[in-house]
Amino acid sequence: MHLFHKSRMFFKQLACFLLLLAIPTALAASEAAPSAAAGNHAWWFWPLTLLIVTFVMGILAVLGGVGGGVLFVPIISGFFPFHLDFVRGTGLLVALAGALAAGPGLLKANLASLRLAIPVALIASSCAIVGAMIGLALPTHIVQICLGATILGICVLMLTSKKSDVPDVPVADRLSSALAICGVYQEASTGKIINWKIHRTRLGLTLFIAIGVMAGMFGLGAGWANVPVLNLVMGAPLKISVATSKFLLSITDTSAAWIYVNQGCVIPLMVVPSLVGIMLGSFVGVRILKIAKPTFIRWMVIIILGFSGIKALTKGLGINLF
Amino acid sequence: MAEQTQWKASPEQIAYANVLEKGMLIGLILLLITFGLYAFGIMKPYIPVNELSRYWTHNVTEYLHMANIKSGWGWVGMLGYGDFINFIGIIILAGVTAFCYLAIIPALLKKKDRVYAALAFLEVLILVLAASGLLGSGGH
Repeated sequence: MHLFHKSRMFFKQLACFLLLLAIPTALAASEAAPSAAAGNHAWWFWPLTLLIVTFVMGILAVLGGVGGGVLFVPIISGFFPFHLDFVRGTGLLVALAGALAAGPGLLKANLASLRLAIPVALIASSCAIVGAMIGLALPTHIVQICLGATILGICVLMLTSKKSDVPDVPVADRLSSALAICGVYQEASTGKIINWKIHRTRLGLTLFIAIGVMAGMFGLGAGWANVPVLNLVMGAPLKISVATSKFLLSITDTSAAWIYVNQGCVIPLMVVPSLVGIMLGSFVGVRILKIAKPTFIRWMVIIILGFSGIKALTKGLGINLF
Repeated sequence: MAEQTQWKASPEQIAYANVLEKGMLIGLILLLITFGLYAFGIMKPYIPVNELSRYWTHNVTEYLHMANIKSGWGWVGMLGYGDFINFIGIIILAGVTAFCYLAIIPALLKKKDRVYAALAFLEVLILVLAASGLLGSGGH
C-alpha cells in the first residue's frame, strides 16, 4: 500500500515535471519560430524540441483519451514554424503509426471488429482522400480557420458527449443483419460474456463521410468522432467502439497519408522525432494511466485543445493574439 | 463449445492482424535505422540538415520548387540520399494495410462471404489509387 502511494506520488511528480518541461519548450519554440527561416538554431534544435513536445503529447493523449494526431496538428501548427502542409502530413503519419502499432493486439483480442470496420473504413478512407485533396487545394489560412473551428468543436464534443458502456440495441437493423455485423466479447473486469449488435447503420455510415473528409483535410486522427458515432449512434459497446476506432484509423489515415506523401508534405526530420516522441509518450502514458486521475487530465487536455483551437483560428484570421 | 469460440477473433481477423504486425514492425525498424543513417550523417542528405529550416516555413508547392524535388514517386530516384531513404519505412507503414486486405480476400472467398470479399477488394483499389499519385495533384 505504502509502495503504491509512493509510486503514485512519483508518477504525479513525473507528470508535473513533464508539463513544466513541455510548456517552456513549446513557448520557446513559439518565440523562436519567427527566426527559424533565418536558421538561427543548430539543426538538431527543432527535431529535439519536437521529440520533447510530442513525448509529453503522447502521455497526455493516452491519459486524456484522445489520439495523438488531434493534439499534434493544432499545437505544432500553432506554436512551431512549420507550414501547415508539413504539419498535416506529419500528423497523419503520427496517428497512422499509433493505430498500426495498436491494431494487431486489438484485432487478436477481438476488441476491434474487422467486420464492423471494413464497410466503415471503405467510406471513411475514400472520403479522407477527398478531404486531403480539398485541404491541399484550399488556401492555408482558410484551412487554419476551419481547423481552429473544428478543434473548438472537438472541445465541445469532449465536454458534452456521453458514453454508454453497452448501449441498448433491441433489434439489429436490416443492413447490419445482412452484413452480419455483430460479435461477442468477454468483459475482462467482470468475466461477463457480452453479445453485441448494431443499429442505425445507414446513419452511422453517412456520418463517416464527414469524419473521413475532416480526417483527410486537417490531418487529424478521427478517434474523437469515430467513438461517439460507433458507440452512441450505431450502438456498439464502448470497448468495441474505442478499439475499432483505433484500428479504423490505420485504414482511414493510410489513404489520406498517401495523398500527403505524394504531394511532398513529408519531411523526415519532422516525421521521425514526432513519431518516436508520441510512441514513447504513449508507452509511459499507459503506465501512468493505472494510477492517474483521468478526470483532471481530461480537463487539462480540453483546455490545451481549446487554447490550440483559438490559436489556429486567430492565426488563420491573421490576428496575433498570443 | 461453439459459444466458447465465438468471442475469439475470426481466422481472417487473425490473418489481418498477423500481416499488420509484421508490416508495422518492419516499417518502424527500417524507419529508425534509415533515420539514424540520416541524422548521424552516415548518408549525405539531398537538403543539408542545417538548411531545412529555410524550406519548412513555405507551403509544399514552394518547397518542392525551391528544393527542386519532384512530387509523387519522384523520391524513388533519390533513395541514395540520407533524407529520402527514410521514405522506405514511411512507404511500408503506409502500404501495409493494402497487403492486410489482400491477405484476407482468399479466406473470405473460401467462407463464401462474397460481399466482404468485394468490400475488401474495393478497399485495395482505393488504397492503390491513393498511392498511385494520380489523385495527388491539388497544391495551393
